[in-house]
Amino acid sequence: MVNGAEVAADVEDRMLLVHFLRETAGLTATNIGCDTTSCGACTVLLDGESVKSCTVLAAQADGCQVTTVEGLAGAGGELHPMQRAFRAEHGLQCGFCTPGMVMAAVSLLQENPHPTEPEVRAGLEGNLCRCTGYHNIVRAVLAAAQEPTP
Amino acid sequence: MIPAPFTYRRSGSVAEALDLVSEHGDEAKFLAGGHSLLPLMKLRLAMPSVLIDLGPVRELSYIRDEGAHIAIGALTRHHDLEHSGVLARSLPLLAHAAGQVGDPQVRHRGTIGGSLAHSDPASDLPATVLALDATLVARGPSGSREIAATGFFEGLFETVLEPDELLTEIRVPVPAADAAGWSFQKFTKRAIDWAIVGVAVQGTAVALVNMAGTPVRALGVERALAAGATPAEAAGHAAEGTTPGDDINASPAYREHLARVLVERALVEAQSTQA
Amino acid sequence: MSILGTRVVRSEDPRLLTRGGVYTDDLRIPELDGAARITFVRSPIAHARITGIDTEAALASPGVVAVLAAADMDDLPPGGGRPATEPLLATDRVRYVGEAVAIVVTEQGYQGEDAAELVSVDYEPLPAVVDFDDALAGGTLLFDGTDSNVVRSGGDPAPADAFSGCEVVVEHTFPNQRVAPIPLEVRASAARWADGRLTLWTSTQNAQQARDAVAEAVGLDAASVRVIAPDVGGGFGAKIATERDTIVVAWAAKHLGRPVRWVETRNENLLGMVHGRAQRHAIRIGGTRDGRILAYHLDIIQDCGAYPRSGPFLPALTKLMAGGVYDLPYCGAAFRSVLTSTTPVGAYRGAGRPEATAAIERAVDLFAAEIGMDPAEVRRRNVVPPTAFPYTTPSGAVYDTGDYAAALDAVLAGAGYAGLRAEQARRRELSSQGLSREEGGGPVQLGIGLACYVEITAADYDGGETSRVVVDASGAATVYTGSSPHGQGHQTAFAMLVTDQLGIPMDKITVIHGDTDQVPKGVGTYGSRSLQLGGTAVQQAAIQVKDQGRELAAAMIEASEADLELDTTRGIWQVRGDPDTALSWAAVAAEAGPGGLSAEADFRPASPTFPFGAHLAVVEVDTETGKATLIRHVTVDDAGKVLNPVLAEGQRHGGIAQGAAQALLEEVRYDAEGNPLTSTLADYAAITATELPSFELLAMETPTTVNALGAKGIGEAGTIGATPAVHNAVIDAVAHLGVRHIDMPATPQRVWAAINEAKGGQMGPAQMRPAQLRTAQLRTAQLRTAE
Repeated sequence: MVNGAEVAADVEDRMLLVHFLRETAGLTATNIGCDTTSCGACTVLLDGESVKSCTVLAAQADGCQVTTVEGLAGAGGELHPMQRAFRAEHGLQCGFCTPGMVMAAVSLLQENPHPTEPEVRAGLEGNLCRCTGYHNIVRAVLAAAQEPTP
Repeated sequence: MIPAPFTYRRSGSVAEALDLVSEHGDEAKFLAGGHSLLPLMKLRLAMPSVLIDLGPVRELSYIRDEGAHIAIGALTRHHDLEHSGVLARSLPLLAHAAGQVGDPQVRHRGTIGGSLAHSDPASDLPATVLALDATLVARGPSGSREIAATGFFEGLFETVLEPDELLTEIRVPVPAADAAGWSFQKFTKRAIDWAIVGVAVQGTAVALVNMAGTPVRALGVERALAAGATPAEAAGHAAEGTTPGDDINASPAYREHLARVLVERALVEAQSTQA
Repeated sequence: MSILGTRVVRSEDPRLLTRGGVYTDDLRIPELDGAARITFVRSPIAHARITGIDTEAALASPGVVAVLAAADMDDLPPGGGRPATEPLLATDRVRYVGEAVAIVVTEQGYQGEDAAELVSVDYEPLPAVVDFDDALAGGTLLFDGTDSNVVRSGGDPAPADAFSGCEVVVEHTFPNQRVAPIPLEVRASAARWADGRLTLWTSTQNAQQARDAVAEAVGLDAASVRVIAPDVGGGFGAKIATERDTIVVAWAAKHLGRPVRWVETRNENLLGMVHGRAQRHAIRIGGTRDGRILAYHLDIIQDCGAYPRSGPFLPALTKLMAGGVYDLPYCGAAFRSVLTSTTPVGAYRGAGRPEATAAIERAVDLFAAEIGMDPAEVRRRNVVPPTAFPYTTPSGAVYDTGDYAAALDAVLAGAGYAGLRAEQARRRELSSQGLSREEGGGPVQLGIGLACYVEITAADYDGGETSRVVVDASGAATVYTGSSPHGQGHQTAFAMLVTDQLGIPMDKITVIHGDTDQVPKGVGTYGSRSLQLGGTAVQQAAIQVKDQGRELAAAMIEASEADLELDTTRGIWQVRGDPDTALSWAAVAAEAGPGGLSAEADFRPASPTFPFGAHLAVVEVDTETGKATLIRHVTVDDAGKVLNPVLAEGQRHGGIAQGAAQALLEEVRYDAEGNPLTSTLADYAAITATELPSFELLAMETPTTVNALGAKGIGEAGTIGATPAVHNAVIDAVAHLGVRHIDMPATPQRVWAAINEAKGGQMGPAQMRPAQLRTAQLRTAQLRTAE
């Protein structure tokens, strides 16, 4: 299941989950930024936990729930508090790292609803951004933490 | 960027996993969390032709207080170790070290068994189980066997496990009251990096990360402590018997220096966490 | 009240946050249906002759459509519009690890990697040249028919008497190390040849230049080429030039008659995208014991890498800006750009100016240490005073406006400088007493680092920028701009300029960029030029549209233009005081005819602009391990009038992070054979959130007179100021231990080695330095005055 909808396909055994999402499921928001599990641009939620989808085989995710950034907004298009916060705080510039960053941040707040600034930074250690210097990303996550959980 | 082609097989139980691996022999590798093996495969540094996915093997994910020791299923994820109340109480060193592995996403997938079987001396858990004098339980076609951590790691990416053996459990003795002090010192340039040098201390057991081809116990330090040395004096022995590497992050001499500094800090911190 | 200067969140963001941007590899469009995938075969060796390419096994691999090498490129015009020295695919020689040798074209992406491994290339190794001095010495000449590996030089050595009046002279040599730009989106291109036209989608900072480059290289006229920049995931200068790999993709589409697409891996990106910086600096600074700097000379060696792309020209900017913010009786610089067997070097955020600032700010600190004066005080005594503008430097740069002392004073006050120095002194005192950590002592020392900078933006000002504004019969406005954002927020910024002039609401304004069919004329986004050039052009075009609108509205209402006013809060034309005459933009545009109202402006200022600022970095250094942690970073970055503080702050933040990264962590390294040692993100230490604090940005706006917006460029300023401030802070933290200098990046090992050296310990510098760079020993010379 991806963003609540079932996606079924026959794919190569070695297909990575990130390619399954981008090529087979047609969800291109999740990006690939490296080849060593370093950058986190590919972060999605797998059964509610943040994972780097470049280091998960599509086959491993069979039967699991995958959530990408495209699945965050509400049914009527209402932005998720994290999406609202990223916009309000200018937590994105080129936007390439953003889907993965947002999903990592959502997972972070699920596990630690009221993090300190150092905890936010540590929680995002697996996500690289080259544009923002992280300053406003951290502000966005702290702002989202102020909102009641959806 | 993507692995060489392979065949994916999925196992739902330990028995099934062992059947699959004896079917395919040494063409097969177990896939646990995948965060040690898949990165190597994506760079084509490892090219097994069969991957046996242990993901569905729920029976190996547990943390059980069994009195004198804690029994941990090999497929328990780092995240669960980090947040375990049982470990927080009885094995805080292990909980803390598990929380240092990689980043949150890696910790959601990586498993203790996978990390130990991968045997990277720069990883956090191998040295930790060494300091804890853990026993590793492996099951193969001819049954189970118990392997002391001190005899488990043979070299870079090499353990005593046979290709058809599966790590099933890690048994960690609960430290005695007078050995409850602990510390984990991980030195990196960036938080996400592997340790340039690391130290795991439990009581007077001292293990080193990334000071040799395997995790090693700092026996010189331990002997000095047993003879009554202070942390500063004992730490002077930290680099004895080690063969630290030379790479873009550090020279051997710098690693030896770090080992001495970090061992002293770890011993001081362990003394202060001693109840 | 005008919207200009107010905080406006971005209109780009809802799409980026919900559906994600559409970057080149995301394109799922009919034109690329059935596109084949291109995978490059790249050289694993730094310098070699190619004696054969065997494609047989690759051709038999599943899904392979073609395997193409230079020999197949017989349908290109001779010379192909590239410098003759650099081929599109290697011909008889490879010159750096990662150089493209062949392409494998497959039905699917995964097949490409499999097949590329099967292409067998025979290499006959040649000596690689990696070390600067080896390259300069020319023992191995990297190009036949040359007598030197130096491809460009400029400037002169200091005159013999330049330092003769100095009581104190300090010399030192140090690297400004090679770094990798690492935009999160790697290089990607897709191309289609149909109906006599080539369409190229590519991750670029300048679509129009890409069109011209591709047209020339492939042998087409510009009208037959359309370049589209989809969303671009960061550039930082590294996506300015249209590189050979992208041209190969374009050529392949035409050659095969089938759409093709390509996206590199990050490993390829770290080998194949241009690297930045890679200079070596020899500084000489002299002055009086009471802190007056009389003379400064900078000798630059620029490593261009294997081919002379834009690398050779960067040190000319370094030379131009060498004197920084200081009023120097003598200031000179000279440079030599040299080839090596490494990845070519190009522009990277700052492009020649961070190097100038890093050199002189290090030199000023060395001078301050030599005379025992506070580095803030030395700066204050030597900056160009605010009354001296416009100020012509010895190098011929004409600084437009600035107040360097005010910037310095602002960061000192903002950071609480006196308190920081007191804390530093306190910790040093406690540690000298040998107190343990528990007793208040311990190994962690405080370092405070300063950098004052001025930099040149829109250096290519006479290229100008073009923008067109159209208002249509629905009352909406469209901006067509030659600027080409890749994160800068031009959609929001340029819409602000239009709404300010015309009163059309922001959500009815669209900004079109990066498509050469819709914007045939444009220069692009780099060099911090877009707001001051592109934005001014947008404003000028909007004003022209307003004038057209006034004329037409007056005719429609049958009133005189003088009696008309435009209510910019509602976008309504009316006779002043007579709301019954109200006319909407929609009505006026409809009256204008099918094209609506339209105006184009081409803004070419008379000169570049010179933003300036000051950075103060506070670090803690663990003197036992050598590890430095940035704990505070305070800045003034004065780029004139700020259009949208949200955007300006974001640019500053990103620049500071990249600047701090160079000071502390990042370095591209090669071994002596030219093998890269940092070609994955596991090895290359790109900075993450855990190594950075939140930044403290102070506001200062000294407008320029060069354009009507009063705006200078902000995009690169953060990088320029941050690197030397952080670098100086690390050295300052251990200065009391006798350390005068540590090479960048100031990694824990380097800091530890420096402390040891100062203590007279065994661990010398030779074991720590990368193979290609050598550091001369610090020498100080005391010269008597001429008399």
